[in-house]
Amino acid sequence: MEKTINLTLKVWRQNGPKEKGRFETFKVSNISTDSSFLEMMDILNEQLISENKEPVAFDHDCREGICGMCSLYINGRPHGPDDDVTTCQLHMRKFKDGETVTIEPWRAAAFPIIKDLIVDRSAFDKIIAAGGYVSVNTGGVPDANAIPIPKPDADDAMDAASCIGCGACVAACKNSSAMLFVSAKVSHLALLPQGRVEAARRAKAMVAKMDELGFGGCTNTGACEVECPKNISIANIARLNREYLVARLGE
Amino acid sequence: MSNFLTASIGRKFLMSITGLFLMMFILVHLCINLLLIFDDSGELFNLGANFMATNPAIKIMEPVLGLGFVVHIIWSLIISIQNMKARPVAYKVSQQTNSSSWASRNMLVLGALILVFLVMHIINFFWIIKFDPHSLSKVLIDGVEMEDTYTLVAGLFKASVVYDLMYVAGGLLLGFHLAHGFWSAFQTIGLSNKVWIKRLQFVATIYAILVAVGFSVIPLYFLIKF
Repeated sequence: MEKTINLTLKVWRQNGPKEKGRFETFKVSNISTDSSFLEMMDILNEQLISENKEPVAFDHDCREGICGMCSLYINGRPHGPDDDVTTCQLHMRKFKDGETVTIEPWRAAAFPIIKDLIVDRSAFDKIIAAGGYVSVNTGGVPDANAIPIPKPDADDAMDAASCIGCGACVAACKNSSAMLFVSAKVSHLALLPQGRVEAARRAKAMVAKMDELGFGGCTNTGACEVECPKNISIANIARLNREYLVARLGE
Repeated sequence: MSNFLTASIGRKFLMSITGLFLMMFILVHLCINLLLIFDDSGELFNLGANFMATNPAIKIMEPVLGLGFVVHIIWSLIISIQNMKARPVAYKVSQQTNSSSWASRNMLVLGALILVFLVMHIINFFWIIKFDPHSLSKVLIDGVEMEDTYTLVAGLFKASVVYDLMYVAGGLLLGFHLAHGFWSAFQTIGLSNKVWIKRLQFVATIYAILVAVGFSVIPLYFLIKF
């Protein structure tokens, strides 16, 4: 049985990176509770276009929770009130009829606003470019089973690798720290023999880049883990600390 | 090693190491203090205090302890300023109560309040014992003459309800600070994983309760009994 709700939206509007932003209030009505949050945003934008107003700019791509493109800080939480999902998989059934929904962009010095709700997350790409890879020499294709990997290690590595780089950890952290992201990337490579070779250099380079880009430090509040749509554990942060300290103190 | 102590994890490493050191001190301090309530003649506490004051190992550790406090405080300020700079524009609506504990988000506030308490505490006891020992009466225990620190401490707690309550508040603040600080210190130096994080958080809670109750019980004992 379909149900519809009416909402008041308070949306952050900002024309450009250097412009001053402000909240604008919109009303949307007859929103199906079966629709996704981004579909509701689409309806809002259709409405704005028909009124000859500028539509709200927001990030989205795959809309199936795997690309990490959507963001949005909804009612005080990254990716909104549901757990373990991205904004694109958040359904309007999570909201009540007549509710006021505040929609803000990720707030971090390292994620400057491009327009409205879109922030520049290329800082994450720069951290990856600093060391989040395995150097592979060209040659014959190695045999798939040549290097045995213990199942627990493979599981932990896969769990860490499920990070989609959406930036919810930075948005959730009171210090805008990127430690959960960096620790997931360092962990999934350090746990596997192929990535182990460069583990020390990688941890140092990625942390140095993270600091340089203006992310805050980790104070172990654990908010990132709770808000992460992919359930990345802060045990990864302990591993990153260990990898980094061993690398630095062994210099 | 050049910029280790200014790198994000390096700064935290220093907080963790000094924090762990201070937590060991607190445990020793609590053990000695509890002698206050187990012997109303004050003999036990005076012996403990005299042992701590004359022990060469403790004499060496005293300046190290002072340094531990100074580094822990200064680095906390450096870290906090850096972390505030990382988010120049605040959220209008922010729901943090579900995702993190109050203490973990307010370590700076708790630490600052503990610092206020610490200054009062030093003026009350440490300063007098260290720099004005002549104002203390002397007692003779087992043929050894020592300062009667029991009368100094018990006297304050017996005389002033306000001080009693301040010391209870100090104990509680310390408890909240350490409930997060204890396991966080291990996490920061990498001595944690999926299994141990739960164990560390459990021990942190026990340790924090011990510290809070242990320190609060002393002024309450004097407040109620005398």
